[in-house]
Amino acid sequence: MISFSNVYKRYPNGYEALKNIVFTIKQGEMVFITGHSGAGKSTLLRLIGAIERPTTGGIIVNNHNVSKLKNRAIPFLRRNLGMVFQGQKILFDRSVFDNVLLPLQICGFDHWSATGRVRAALDKVGLLGKEKVLPITLSGGERQRLCIARAVVNRPSILIADEPTAYLDAGYTRDIMNMFKSFHQVGVTVLIAIPDAGLLESSHKYRILALNHGELAT
Amino acid sequence: MNTWLFHHWHAFFLALRRLAGAPLASLLNITVIGVAFSLPTGVYMLLGNIQTFSGQISGVPQLSVYLKLDTDKTAIKKLESHLKQYPQIASFQFISKDKALKQLKQKSELADTVNSLTKNPLPDAFVINAKSVSPEALEQLRAEIQKWPESEHVQLDSAWMERLNVLLKLGQLAVLILTALLSFALIVVTFNTIRLQILTKCDEIEVSKLIGATSNFIRRPFLYFGAIQGVAGGAIAWLIIAIVINLINSELTNLVQLYAVDLHLYHLSFEDSISLLLFSSWLGWAGAWLSVASHLWQIEP
Repeated sequence: MISFSNVYKRYPNGYEALKNIVFTIKQGEMVFITGHSGAGKSTLLRLIGAIERPTTGGIIVNNHNVSKLKNRAIPFLRRNLGMVFQGQKILFDRSVFDNVLLPLQICGFDHWSATGRVRAALDKVGLLGKEKVLPITLSGGERQRLCIARAVVNRPSILIADEPTAYLDAGYTRDIMNMFKSFHQVGVTVLIAIPDAGLLESSHKYRILALNHGELAT
Repeated sequence: MNTWLFHHWHAFFLALRRLAGAPLASLLNITVIGVAFSLPTGVYMLLGNIQTFSGQISGVPQLSVYLKLDTDKTAIKKLESHLKQYPQIASFQFISKDKALKQLKQKSELADTVNSLTKNPLPDAFVINAKSVSPEALEQLRAEIQKWPESEHVQLDSAWMERLNVLLKLGQLAVLILTALLSFALIVVTFNTIRLQILTKCDEIEVSKLIGATSNFIRRPFLYFGAIQGVAGGAIAWLIIAIVINLINSELTNLVQLYAVDLHLYHLSFEDSISLLLFSSWLGWAGAWLSVASHLWQIEP
């Protein structure tokens, strides 16, 4: 569960990225956050992972008050979140397999059980055949899938993706979206930021939070 | 527990892989640390050898009382009873001139020269072991015995020991200063190595933090790296000294043949060797810790 109450985010230079944000996302829900570039989508997602802290207001993620979380506790919050970052943040000095292995190493899995989980995650995104290759040889769509595999390998209860379909063509976009839907179907809370609701198929039945200049449109 | 062990094993393994990943740089770093450390360790080793050697020659300070050549047996008996009354004297031994001559013939290579003498030139003597080892008490005793009409010369055998001890103390001070300075150098070397590593691992550190790595998880491989580099440097220092000792000992055997004395250098004791390795690894760890503490916070996701 994710809940924002009266959240403001003001940067030191006076720029107000988010103004009075109030919403609640229930466990197992799939929600899209839309808005123009600079509307505050990324900031909102970064607040959930405590990558940034709100200026005022309360944020509850999985019954933890993120806005009051001690620095020491933040890593343990992030381990329960699967995050697909806007800049992808793939490590190019290691294989696809080792990229997906990293979250498990951080959690202290032994090699044997970690290998099984990595394979399962790569299988889900259709990259099992490429586990030994270096990420530099992957296409844009494949790199995005690698990021998704890394986000879900820990089996998080919440999956957050910041513009996962940026720079991808329509075919790849549909592909990626279907992947997120399949995670949603097995009970994962999914939160995806996209620039424009037009990317979604018209038949979609998902909730949309529309941001406009840092404010939620009602 | 299992997780904890896995994390440490993972960090250790990662550190080893990073060391092996840049073999030339690692080798140079380790050699620099080894050379820097061999200096104080070498001086320490020499001091230890001098101490054992001087201990072999004379453990307890002794006074040698050489009597006048014309002292007769009754006077000697009187002196013996006199010496027994001294509370500062632990034990004493009378060495007659004949016995002294015999010893001289046995011990040294001067036997031929001694044999050619027509008359025994040596005086009768007492060798006194004092109770107290303090230089002042010994000096007082020496002065007192010197006043006896029968004594020709009283020699304090420990006088040169005292001088040596002062010199050894100076040497120990030099070791301390050298150790302090070169330890600092080791810390600086590790600090810089780790700083460069952190800079090249920026992406990895950022991503790790983003997906839930604790600061300890990120710090650990760097600390292991510093410690391993330190241990390897200490081992190199040990090896350098072993080689130097070998070289010196082979030269010393020539000297031994010339002067008929048992003289060769010993390496550090097992305990000292272990201390050297522990100390160098600790310094490496400390350098790494300082570097990590001053650079890691700059990489924030």
